[in-house]
Amino acid sequence: MTEARRPQWLKRALIAAGIVVVLYGLELVVQAVTIEYVQRIMLLAGINVILAVGLNLINGTTGQFSIGHAGFMAVGAYGSAFLGVQLAPIVAGALGSGPLADGVTFNVGLVLGGLLAGGAGLLVGIPSLRLRGDYLAVVTLGFGEIIRILFNNAKFLGGATGYSGDNPAGLPPYTTFFWVFLWVMVVIAVIKNLTFSQTGRSLSAIREDEIAAEAMGTPTVRLKVTAFAFSAAAAGVAGGLFAHMQSGVRPEDFRFERSIDMIVMIIVGGLGSISGAVLGGIFVAVSLELMRDFQEYRLVLYALLLIVIMIVRPQGLLGNREIGEFLRFGKKKSGPELSG
Amino acid sequence: MSELVQQIINGLSLGSIYALIALGYTMVYGILKLINFAHGEVFMIGSYAGYYAATVFGIERYQASGATFPLYMAVVVLVVAMAAAALLGVSIEFLAYRPVRSAPRLTPLITAIGVSLFLQNAAMLVFSPNPRAYPAIIHEVRFEAGGVIITNIKLTIFIVALLLMFGLHVLVQKTWTGRAMRALSVNLDAAKLMGIDTNRTIQATFAIGSALAAAGGILFGLDQITINPLMGVLTGLKAFVAAVLGGIGNIPGAVLGGLLIGLAEQLTAGYLSPDYRDAITFLILIFVLILKPEGLLGVVRQEKV
Amino acid sequence: MRLGRRLFSALLALSLTPLAACKKPGDDGSGAGPAGSTGGGTEIRIGHFASMTGGTAHFGQDTDKAAHLAVDEANATGGVLGKKVKLITLDDRGDSAEAANAVTRLIDVEKVNAILGEVASSLSLAGGRVVQRRGIPMVSPSSTNPKVTEVGDFIFRVCFIDPFQGKVMANFARKNLKFDKVAILKDVKNDYSIGLADAFKQAFTSQGGTIALEQSYSQGDTDFSAQITAIKGSGAQAIFVPGYYAEVGAIARTAQRLGVKVPLMGGDGWDAPDLYKIGGDALEGSYFSNHFALDMVTPKAQKFIADFKAKYGQEPTGLGALGYDAAAVLFDAMKRAGSVEPKAVRDALAATKDYEGVTGKITIDPQRNAQKSAVVLKITGGKSKFESVVEP
Repeated sequence: MTEARRPQWLKRALIAAGIVVVLYGLELVVQAVTIEYVQRIMLLAGINVILAVGLNLINGTTGQFSIGHAGFMAVGAYGSAFLGVQLAPIVAGALGSGPLADGVTFNVGLVLGGLLAGGAGLLVGIPSLRLRGDYLAVVTLGFGEIIRILFNNAKFLGGATGYSGDNPAGLPPYTTFFWVFLWVMVVIAVIKNLTFSQTGRSLSAIREDEIAAEAMGTPTVRLKVTAFAFSAAAAGVAGGLFAHMQSGVRPEDFRFERSIDMIVMIIVGGLGSISGAVLGGIFVAVSLELMRDFQEYRLVLYALLLIVIMIVRPQGLLGNREIGEFLRFGKKKSGPELSG
Repeated sequence: MSELVQQIINGLSLGSIYALIALGYTMVYGILKLINFAHGEVFMIGSYAGYYAATVFGIERYQASGATFPLYMAVVVLVVAMAAAALLGVSIEFLAYRPVRSAPRLTPLITAIGVSLFLQNAAMLVFSPNPRAYPAIIHEVRFEAGGVIITNIKLTIFIVALLLMFGLHVLVQKTWTGRAMRALSVNLDAAKLMGIDTNRTIQATFAIGSALAAAGGILFGLDQITINPLMGVLTGLKAFVAAVLGGIGNIPGAVLGGLLIGLAEQLTAGYLSPDYRDAITFLILIFVLILKPEGLLGVVRQEKV
Repeated sequence: MRLGRRLFSALLALSLTPLAACKKPGDDGSGAGPAGSTGGGTEIRIGHFASMTGGTAHFGQDTDKAAHLAVDEANATGGVLGKKVKLITLDDRGDSAEAANAVTRLIDVEKVNAILGEVASSLSLAGGRVVQRRGIPMVSPSSTNPKVTEVGDFIFRVCFIDPFQGKVMANFARKNLKFDKVAILKDVKNDYSIGLADAFKQAFTSQGGTIALEQSYSQGDTDFSAQITAIKGSGAQAIFVPGYYAEVGAIARTAQRLGVKVPLMGGDGWDAPDLYKIGGDALEGSYFSNHFALDMVTPKAQKFIADFKAKYGQEPTGLGALGYDAAAVLFDAMKRAGSVEPKAVRDALAATKDYEGVTGKITIDPQRNAQKSAVVLKITGGKSKFESVVEP
């Protein structure tokens, strides 16, 4: 009886604080031990993981194939960059300058960017998610391109040459190991909870047989749109993190190739698996850097990889199971199998 | 006024090329319910095939001496390129699509995206990403009337496109292969049970669609002056939208869709802003899919549970 | 199952391999000073980031060839400060993100003492921001957008900037060709094109001219008939096309095809052999501003052209000549500084005065730009011929 009275929130808060401390310590280690080049790979890997886990929610768990998510990343990137620049003087006024003010500006910007991206996700999702399969894919591709074209023509955001704030040296480089991996934890936690909940089951049901799910009373449209908005918001947060390690955001960074990279991440890892998405995200970031000298071959290889995986092992690395089941860390219940 | 007529002519010639490519999309989708993302790349490779065929047939000698490339040679180049593209299309079907034909919808979609990416990037490796000038397989002659300029190339585009479409129509309506294609597009399994060789018919579909795309590719190169390995990406997408606009699976629809998209693009570029010429196509796609997903000439399909 | 597990372990191992590039004890701190600052090595390492592939590959390749020529010449006469010079070139494929990555690699992995690059202003901006943060001097051979050197005090250029270049063509159009109405067709995907178009517009209108129409396209476009048709109806006496060679060639052909007979004008982005291959005879009678003309008479220029032709079997472009000058100015600064310590080199670069380059006399002004003259070239008979020179 006394067990149940120990406050849950205290336990959770302690765990959260512990994670923050560990991450900060890791950051110090990483800064001391590795060169900037390697740090960039790690940051990209973290950003990729957020993208992949977010995309996996809609493509994998809910089975609605979206191939235009680069657009939402762009919304988050531009949103957090622009709003960050607007917010900085206000925050500086209240908190002075220094890491606290920077941290606040950055994270508020990220959250706002994510919300904007989520909003864009709603706008895109509501009309699009009435469509099925191939059509949905092409419409999302179209929306991704339209978003990019809009940014390309938005003069107040720098147009084609991109937005880099009001400092000639570019956007402030807020993105560090600590923030990236903190957000990675947050996003994974949120999406994991969503996936392994009642809502998550309904999403899987929609993937398996939408009409049957509808017949069973699942509010399919509402759920699909919600999942879509969540995944768009995740992409937006990733976009904001990306923007602040690039010193500028350009429409060129969010072409269709970016959406393809995201798809490779979740296909390689396994459509429907969160840990698969994590692995896929790391894979793409690492292979990007390792193949930097062979860039032309990288995309050819990705393409072949997609084709071969589809023919030989369409469920990718982990199918839609989680890594725990392979390493027998714990008893996790898997969702219904993807056929094929 | 003459400016408007000029824009319309430009739009229709661009649209004819879209129509040629759209036919390939619509035929494949009608039978396999698959968006052949790689079709845009077949168009691009057909164009390069024409480039190399012309080079092999010595077009540089003609250009150096000031003479024009003879018309019969131009036809040979066209045929060679169409054959090469047909071969490519059939190979893609055999190697990449056939193994996943019975898989759930998502798998062939991703495979198609993979093939498209592969061809784009392989082409960049082989052909170099630099834009190159297209050889004057047909020597350009300009006619002017009332401030409006039309070239013999644009006329050729209209004529060739019309001839090919007419030929396709005859093929689909009057030949056994065409009948088989129509049967497969109604019900694949039933057609198989009726003794139709599905594999052969599907191969024929891919071959024909690819050949048409290659013709479009050569005409595109002649009209647009330069080609580059990524030319199939946007053009292919627009042609797909054209097929959807006209009613996917519907052959006259693909033609209508192509012409409409070409017009819309050119008029937007001329009168609104060139920055939005690509966006307008996507907007049209979105409107069509939301308001009338079966397209202008298509038929509503009931989904059986 | 086993496949999955094995693959996972393989992936995990793979993802940890970059950590092998970890620094060993004794290396400098990561974000602090640059690795090559001690200068105690046996060779001088110069990094070059350039577009060796992609739509503007000619720019990068020409610049790189000329830079190699300068390095070889320096090494043949005993090197710089008694050490051999090594040039390391990384391809940025014409992409800004790649440019930033290439520069980061040059500094961290290749441990270069200084950096050459880039031709395209947007790429110089991307690389420049990295260079400024890390404190390594950078010399851009031919980026003309003013923003490039505004990023910081470690960034220099040996060419003129667009406000000057735009004025050159505007003056030429107004005074020499006596035009009143000119249309502009610019590339909105390109910092350089936008900047040059704006500079031209300002200079032209301030001299009483009018801009008949302003149209735009995007780098990579192939169809310009809509824009040309609109310009045709505007009554312009010339079209200013401050873009890169591939599109300019196609634009010229489109204009010819649509019966637009007025001359085209442009900037140094035209300078590549492919311009003539694509544009053909549609370019007859067009003009463009450049840094250098093949029929220029200074002995240094002629020697450079001869050497380049002997080594590579082709004639250099203006951008190539600037690549040579950028390397040569860098070596000169190192000699004057007496060391390769970044701040010393930076200060020596800033003090460059009246350096006799292939492209003329180079003096670095307080904004770290070069005060130089421009030449206007006219295209006749399929080649560009020197028309006139314009002093700053």
